[in-house]
Amino acid sequence: MSAPTTTPATATPSTKPVRQLGDRIFAGSATGAGVLILIVLAGVAVFLIAQAIPAFTASPEELPGGRNLAVYIGPLVFGTLLSALIALLIATPLAVAVALFITHYAPRRLAQGLGYVVDLLAAVPSIVYGLWGVAVLAPASLPFMTRLQDYLGWIPLFAGPVSATGRTMLVVGVTLAVMILPIITAVSREVFLQTPKLHEEAALALGATRWEMIRMAVLPFGRSGIISGAMLGLGRALGETMAVAIILSGSGIVTFNLISSSNPSSIAANIALQFPDSTGVAVNTLIASGLVLFVITLLVNSIARWIINRRREFSGAN
Amino acid sequence: MSKAVTAKNLNIYYGSFLAVEGVDMEIKPKTVTALIGPSGCGKSTFLRSINRMHEVIPGARVEGKLELDGRDLYGSGVDPVGVRRQIGMVFQRPNPFPTMSIYENVIAGQRLNNKRAGKKATDELVERSLRGANLWNEVKDRLDKPGSSLSGGQQQRLCIARAIAVQPDVLLMDEPCSALDPISTLAIEDLINELKTDYTIVIVTHNMQQAARVSDFTGFFNIEGTGKPGHLVEMDETKTIFSQPKQKATEDYVSGRFG
Repeated sequence: MSAPTTTPATATPSTKPVRQLGDRIFAGSATGAGVLILIVLAGVAVFLIAQAIPAFTASPEELPGGRNLAVYIGPLVFGTLLSALIALLIATPLAVAVALFITHYAPRRLAQGLGYVVDLLAAVPSIVYGLWGVAVLAPASLPFMTRLQDYLGWIPLFAGPVSATGRTMLVVGVTLAVMILPIITAVSREVFLQTPKLHEEAALALGATRWEMIRMAVLPFGRSGIISGAMLGLGRALGETMAVAIILSGSGIVTFNLISSSNPSSIAANIALQFPDSTGVAVNTLIASGLVLFVITLLVNSIARWIINRRREFSGAN
Repeated sequence: MSKAVTAKNLNIYYGSFLAVEGVDMEIKPKTVTALIGPSGCGKSTFLRSINRMHEVIPGARVEGKLELDGRDLYGSGVDPVGVRRQIGMVFQRPNPFPTMSIYENVIAGQRLNNKRAGKKATDELVERSLRGANLWNEVKDRLDKPGSSLSGGQQQRLCIARAIAVQPDVLLMDEPCSALDPISTLAIEDLINELKTDYTIVIVTHNMQQAARVSDFTGFFNIEGTGKPGHLVEMDETKTIFSQPKQKATEDYVSGRFG
């Protein structure tokens, strides 16, 4: 386009948008909080890496166990993942069912009571669950585990022989499941409650039964919430220290046998048990295992994010 | 397809609160019946009682009779789920399932009925329903996109397509245009005119011009005061209601001197 008349460059004052003081303060503090979280995270990462380096560079003889670092940490990673996975597999379906019961099936007064109980359970310290696991669940599950071995012994998971004390990987998994159940339930319940009435009615008006309505409207809407809740629970299970430390006497072994007496320990439990007696490179080794746990947690969360984002278009948030 | 709805001395309660009292109404097959009246007069409640959707609210119940071609909709042993499969509903705000594609939205009802149709038959059903809702040409190239990607008017027509895909006997519409712009409203009104060749349609509307444009019969609901039950004042052919109603209240309402 030709511009025949060049309009004189009138002094255009730098047009800064007018912003209220309160808005500026709020924006600043919100940004500050966001940045702070990143700084803390970076600080933790830097600390872990810096302290772990000596363990990576040390010769194998100096390390606890006298072999290479991967051999030391490997079984711990395995134990951590296995126990958390068992817990997640047990807890997630149960938590979703409980949350659905509270939100869509229970009479209102019962639902309120149940909601409080679930919130309360989430606040119970993990050491209490650990004590319950070792004092109640372990002996009580002995007959059950014996039967598992008798009937399902051909599956490597239940090959046995059954631990005499009942302190097995399976008991740890169940204990962790009970521990993370409340948090997954609480998150799922909140999301289910937010299912738009509109969508529930749309399903009902098409002639859906309550269960069909839940499948059509509630579960798809709550999907990302369920995943978030499960990830929160998984994070707790991965990092759980006391419950695992109390129940398992770990030996650096890698086995899928869930009911025998020799089990791998978990990273967090191992750190808690070994730290008081460790010096020098041993401490760095423990911190290196902590770094591995940090990375695992980060990976797990990224995968969860990715799953949630994959079908963002269909999330109902637009 | 296309059945008559008859209400005989129908009372609708929420718990102990009588919301709508003594409705006698005859809705003929293949007609459009508009329900008008001030807010809170019970017209939506009555509409929702036709497919038993008001029972979603705990404590809701009815007394009296409501029949679909002579069959009692509230008889013992009648499953509300079955009633809703026969009597479709379109809501005030468009509510396609956000987690489903346009295609899946249309066949949502079909899936519920557990009818296992082949890919070809399902494709045909989707096309027929979307054509029936005057939406086919606008969405045929993006059937796999989420229903929420459409405009409000298109979403509402998608909901109509979803409702007619299961070939209901009656189609209920609860203020289907109140969230739409005038052009989308016109599209829906045209659609209602076409749909009445196949379906019995009952529409609740706040817009009296709309009632006059689309309906064959009009029922006027009114309420004496807050806390009182709503009731059907009179029902007649639409042109009678708007030109020479028998009741003074109706005349006041349709001429805008009231409510």
